[in-house]
Amino acid sequence: MRKSVLDHLLDWSGRIVLISILGFVLLPFVVVAIASLNDGAILSFPPKSWSLRWYANAFEYRDFGAGLVNSLRIAAVGATIALIAGAGFAYVFNRYDFMFKGLLNTVLMSPLIIPNFTIGLGLLILSTAASLPRSIWLVIAVHVVIVLPFVVRSVYVSLKNFERRYEQAAESLGGTPLHVLLTITLPLLLPGLISGALFAAILSFNEFTASLYVVNQRTQTLPVAMYNYVREYADPTLAALSVIYVAPVAAMLLLVHKFFRLEKVLNVD
Amino acid sequence: MLTEISAIAPQDTGEDTAVQIDGVSKSFSGTVALEPIRLKVRRGEFLTLLGPSGCGKTTLLNLIAGFLEADEGELFIDHDLVTQVPPHQRKIGIVFQNYALFPHMSVAQNVAYGLRTRRVPKAETAERVREALALVKLEDFADRRPRQLSGGQQQRVALARALVIRPRVLLLDEPFSALDRNLRSAMQVELREIQSRLGLTTVFVTHDQSEALSMSDRIAVMSRGRIRQIGTPSQIYDRPENHFVSTFVGDANLFAATLLEKTDATASLDIGTTRLSLATFQEELPEPGPVTLFVRPEQCSLTDPDQPGAIAATVALSVYQGSYAELHLDCSVAENGRVMLRVPASEAMEPGTDVGIALPERGPAIYTTTERET
Ligand SMILES: Nc1ncnc2c1ncn2[C@@H]1O[C@H](COP(=O)(O)OP(=O)(O)OP(=O)(O)O)[C@@H](O)[C@H]1O
Ligand SMILES: [Mg+2]
Repeated sequence: MRKSVLDHLLDWSGRIVLISILGFVLLPFVVVAIASLNDGAILSFPPKSWSLRWYANAFEYRDFGAGLVNSLRIAAVGATIALIAGAGFAYVFNRYDFMFKGLLNTVLMSPLIIPNFTIGLGLLILSTAASLPRSIWLVIAVHVVIVLPFVVRSVYVSLKNFERRYEQAAESLGGTPLHVLLTITLPLLLPGLISGALFAAILSFNEFTASLYVVNQRTQTLPVAMYNYVREYADPTLAALSVIYVAPVAAMLLLVHKFFRLEKVLNVD
Repeated sequence: MLTEISAIAPQDTGEDTAVQIDGVSKSFSGTVALEPIRLKVRRGEFLTLLGPSGCGKTTLLNLIAGFLEADEGELFIDHDLVTQVPPHQRKIGIVFQNYALFPHMSVAQNVAYGLRTRRVPKAETAERVREALALVKLEDFADRRPRQLSGGQQQRVALARALVIRPRVLLLDEPFSALDRNLRSAMQVELREIQSRLGLTTVFVTHDQSEALSMSDRIAVMSRGRIRQIGTPSQIYDRPENHFVSTFVGDANLFAATLLEKTDATASLDIGTTRLSLATFQEELPEPGPVTLFVRPEQCSLTDPDQPGAIAATVALSVYQGSYAELHLDCSVAENGRVMLRVPASEAMEPGTDVGIALPERGPAIYTTTERET
């Protein structure tokens, strides 16, 4: 079939709209990336001379390295805990009816409406009252509370769309409920579980406000380390770091993509 | 304990019962899906549950499989009380309409699933999987994924998967409704062959009456959560026991009539201005008063409109069907205003022709009019 002029026009205007949207989304990143190459010690735009020295500085600054390690550990452990707890909650919500189900649901989802700094402050007051040390576990606890609703949602949706006939067929073939859960339900839900954990990890990796209350010098996360840096220096190191920052997130996405098709995990397929 | 069990154990009726459903009922949050059902499935029998959408066929199947818990009543499989037994201990094979093949496993792994759960040794598993796939003619597809198969092939894998565990009963819920017509009839024949070769007790669900008539040893016709009649296909077709069955299975002509008098052998009725005396197959006739007279198209014949005993009608439409033609007649005493009968294609008539319908003296049935329902 031949395309009419109108089709071509739509084709092209569609492309232009798409590119503009992409450009708009990527614009902040592009600006920061350009600013990071500025040779001068003042963060200015556009740069007058070019250099990579701020990248070297970002790598050499001790707090950033430590913050990155902390952030990765917190994201990994927090996302794992949130995945296990969230999947459990979602399963119970989907499969069982019990008293106060609605109430429990509201409580679980409340971090979505309670500001992150409230959560951070609340847990800080609690841990001080209970004279718990301000260890990395406190930070992890804060992050779990914040990301749990996202994991519960994500797993719950996968469970809702799950075809119960698979489980019934497996049961009729002699599978005990536990065996069916392990060999049928979990493998088929894996993309949903992975996507839940992935979002949790990325959210946790980016979290700043709540972390600010509960970290100390030893446990500070990368965003907090960056915040502390910017209070003292105004050079383009942070711009360089922001570019580097994308790497771990992209790595997480690529890792998932290697094992599962990302489109499927992100439900855009 | 023992006495309790024997008290509710099914009585020995002489013929071997594979599944006995004893007053099992089911409601969903107040809405009745199944009235208390009594049904015995004989060993090796192919029994079809036939009924319109929403009549409770799947619910009954789910109760037999154990996916649902009965509100009341007891269920026996091979004379064992299984009402409280979970599905994985019932040893029942199931085939669903959408196949429900495990998408993350190969064909062979799907078929092997029911053997692995029972810890059948590896060598025997491989052998039995091969046999089962051979039975459904899919030996060469063992390593494929389900999504790489056609609908008919997936259906066969589902069948092989259910058969490989040597189930006590095979349940099928509208297994062929997603297949096209040719494939469907091929699968019907294949299933029936396999079923009778293995002597497998089978409960088959469909809402397709011709599928039910052609495949079944017996049919249970259901409506609104009840079994309205159970019998061989010819009993269901030739001797429908009530208004619902007569119209749901096969084509039916229904006349509004008044029953004047009944004796042991005959009934005399008024149909419009025509007075008739008929013999029916029914053991019990309704009370005199308004009734519905039921006649199959092939029991009606055309006569002269002036013939005594003939019912007046006018040809409305003639539909050519190849070897025969369907004549649709306007008839004022028919319940829905129409009567259909089949004539050789060469005898088809022009619309507008006045004709008479002659009813047979034996064969028609008389139902109480109040029984009309869907
Ligand atoms: N889980 C459920 N919750 C509430 N109502 C249900 C449930 N399952 C079935 N029903 C109701 O019970 C009745 C019988 O349903 P069932 O699925 O047994 O019908 P069916 O004969 O299999 O119909 P179909 O031919 O459409 O598959 C219907 O009215 C249905 O709405
Ligand atoms: Mg159904």
